[in-house]
Amino acid sequence: MKILLPFLLPLLLGIVCGVLIAAGALYFNPIAMGTLSPLAVSGRQQVVLNYSAVPGEAIVFTNDGESRTAPQPSKVSQLWEAPIRQTTVLVTALKDHQGSTVGVGVKFSSLSEATRLLNNEAIVESAWHIALPRQGTLQIGQTENHWNYLREIVLPAYWNAADSWKGNWRGLLSSGPNALGTARVYGGSGRYAGTLLEAAEYLSATAYSARTGPVAADGQLVIELPQDQTRVAGDAEP
Amino acid sequence: MHLTKLESFCIQAVWVGRFVIKLFFSGVIIGVVGTIAALYYVPAVDQAREASVITVAPNGGNAERFHVNIPGDRIMLGAQGRATALPEGMLWPEDSVLDGTQAELFKLRNQRDVVIGVASRFAVSNSDIGSVVEWVVHLPARGSLFAVLDPAMRDGGRDGVLRGGTGEFSELGGGLSERWVAASADGADGNDGRIELVASYVSTRVQESPDDAGPAAETDE
Repeated sequence: MKILLPFLLPLLLGIVCGVLIAAGALYFNPIAMGTLSPLAVSGRQQVVLNYSAVPGEAIVFTNDGESRTAPQPSKVSQLWEAPIRQTTVLVTALKDHQGSTVGVGVKFSSLSEATRLLNNEAIVESAWHIALPRQGTLQIGQTENHWNYLREIVLPAYWNAADSWKGNWRGLLSSGPNALGTARVYGGSGRYAGTLLEAAEYLSATAYSARTGPVAADGQLVIELPQDQTRVAGDAEP
Repeated sequence: MHLTKLESFCIQAVWVGRFVIKLFFSGVIIGVVGTIAALYYVPAVDQAREASVITVAPNGGNAERFHVNIPGDRIMLGAQGRATALPEGMLWPEDSVLDGTQAELFKLRNQRDVVIGVASRFAVSNSDIGSVVEWVVHLPARGSLFAVLDPAMRDGGRDGVLRGGTGEFSELGGGLSERWVAASADGADGNDGRIELVASYVSTRVQESPDDAGPAAETDE
């Protein structure tokens, strides 16, 4: 063993270097996903809905109860059963561009087996159930890619000596299921009844804690309306 | 004699040095390839699954039953003017725009009484959009179902249509019905009753036979 040790050490050192090189190549991959949705250059009218992405500011936030982000309120039923353990639910007030509440939304998010870190894909399958009582109801199905969020916020927060990240980050979460990477929106009732629309979800963050999760973050849903929709409160010009 | 020993030592040292360097670079290659292989073959996410309990519907398609035990599986009940919040400590927005809006969140069980997903139910009633009852059923390993129900009760329940879905439900149409089933009088299981959901799935994918393809297909050929 003593004879082999001088030869094992360089081999092990090489393996460690190889792992670090591969991890570095993944982390610094310049071909990572873009941050611009095709809806950003659309000429159609859009509904913009803003919400707080900080779980502590939600009406209700629940998960398996063992994650770093604590459920809100603390006595909410937790999703500890095996089939739903990798799922979170966020219930939040939805606000228009003026900050007025226009509705309420429920967001289900589950880690996806389609995640491929090798391809810079940290996939989350999510579904929104939205009630805008003055306008109608919407149901959104989307595939999200959280790679850029993990790479630019979560990992730096863990590496930081203070276990936190501060900055100014805005990124696109939506990556499907539509061909151009937009989410699919099914109109349920009211002015949206029977419509099939597209949406994109963005996340803006300015502070993140490795201990408690997002500290200052806002989400934004941009929903593209059909050509013949009339303008109502909450709509924004593209 | 001494010179020969020194030469021999130097030759061995160079050989060992080259070998060590080769070992190091071999390790680098093993590390890079091993990392890539691990990322490719080892799943980063592994969802727990329960076997589906699906039956063949008499009029075509398939049917699947879910249920929610009340009150045990109710995670949230949000509506204005409620004296007690569920969950305890929840602050429902006291905004007039949410008048007549009730939002509920549940854990969802299959026929074997195992929790397999979560679901939300909206009941909205106002002058702008009328009466609305909707469900979103989210089954993490499978996908999500979006359903719009007829607000009028019929035979003790409500029937509706599937508006769309994701994952394995993305190419399915069909219907969803909800029904309240009260618990037995002795209340042995500690529940007041259950909400039963029956989803019927019909494929929306239409397969055309070559005969139905029409002139366009002939032109392509």
